[in-house]
Amino acid sequence: MQDLGISVLFQGKNFIRLLGGLWITVRISLISVIISILLGIVLGMIMTMKNPVISAITKIYLEFVRIMPQLVLLFLVYFGVTKAFGIHLSGELSAIIVFSIWGTAEMGDLVRGALVSIPKHQYESGKAIGLTNIQIFRYIIIPQTVRRLLPLAINLVTRMIKTTSLIALIGVVEVVKVGQQIIDASRLSVPSAALWIYGVIFFLYFIVCYPISLLATKLEKVWKD
Amino acid sequence: MDLDFIQKYTPMYIEAGVITLRIAFIGILGSIIIGLLCSLIRYYKIPIIQRLVGIYIELSRNTPLLIQLFFLYFGLPKVGIVLSSEACAIVGLIFLGGSYMSEAFRSGLEAVHNSQIEMGLSLGLTRYQVIRYVLLPQAISVSIPAFAANVIFLIKETSVFSAVALADLMFVAKDLIGLYYKTNEALLMLVIAYLIILLPISILFSLLERKLRYAGFGN
Repeated sequence: MQDLGISVLFQGKNFIRLLGGLWITVRISLISVIISILLGIVLGMIMTMKNPVISAITKIYLEFVRIMPQLVLLFLVYFGVTKAFGIHLSGELSAIIVFSIWGTAEMGDLVRGALVSIPKHQYESGKAIGLTNIQIFRYIIIPQTVRRLLPLAINLVTRMIKTTSLIALIGVVEVVKVGQQIIDASRLSVPSAALWIYGVIFFLYFIVCYPISLLATKLEKVWKD
Repeated sequence: MDLDFIQKYTPMYIEAGVITLRIAFIGILGSIIIGLLCSLIRYYKIPIIQRLVGIYIELSRNTPLLIQLFFLYFGLPKVGIVLSSEACAIVGLIFLGGSYMSEAFRSGLEAVHNSQIEMGLSLGLTRYQVIRYVLLPQAISVSIPAFAANVIFLIKETSVFSAVALADLMFVAKDLIGLYYKTNEALLMLVIAYLIILLPISILFSLLERKLRYAGFGN
């Protein structure tokens, strides 16, 4: 029987290669997350402005990015931009662009939500005790915002990592693609490789994402007012 | 832009859109049932099963749908379980959606104050009646926003099914790009198709959320 299918993992450098693929996945998500957080904070602050033109533009951007499946966005950038402008973007670069665009929208909305959730009297009390605007932000608004924001932002990181699995479909060689290569290479020697490799990739994703989401849940509990 | 091309292949997109919607509908319905069951099991802390449900939820929430599908579609046949791509898509979507729905419902259930249930019981309602008339109506109204987000999330996730050879919208677009190299047209139609499906749902839910009256007892 095929009960030795797991052995495919330990042939040659297969497991190391899988981990290498996983690192590419994680690296792309980390770069996108950092860009998203920076731009998202800016976007979130812009979204709290009461200018109707700005709020209309940001709303359209947000709705569009949130409604489109990430795979569609990936296709738009990877195939669409290449065709329309004649620029060749590598799969990895288009992935980072797409996840940054998507992440910025999500993060921007979280930042906006956190900023709006801080009651007006917090600003007013700050003023009343004679703090400058910078001091109000530094000592009152930012600490409270961060507490509300951080668990949600960490959740966004796990979503980002999970969504990164899609980039195998635009040809980036990451953990799924490496898995497929291993399966193809051992099609004859280990026919049940697909079961084991995909099972292992499943758990690799779990091992990466679970601690992060655990952290988010924990922070949420600790910081609950 | 090649308008003839768009006109010629619109029926293909409509057909694919119907497949996408059908699978999303079955998947979401299944997710709601699984989610409701799981959330009740966790809410009532039924021993042992509660643990299993917890493990299921963590596993399904922390892994991508694509890998779950690959495991179902390419992995399971190796141990003799062969599922069609449609069956895979539905099972995968329910596996993923069940946990998300469960979390949405659970937050609703936990928002209902314990005193409400005790009051129900002291009024002489049976346990079933307490669930039916006291717990669920309030819990559902609290969990609607998360529920709505999950529905849209699950419909979006259906785009992954093209990877297990299901002829959905993504699949058609990829096919047309590969066959005719009409990238712009194919992608434009793809975007429009998803907008047609998801924009009304998104607007509908945001209207619903605005209309929703929260059962705010005692606060």
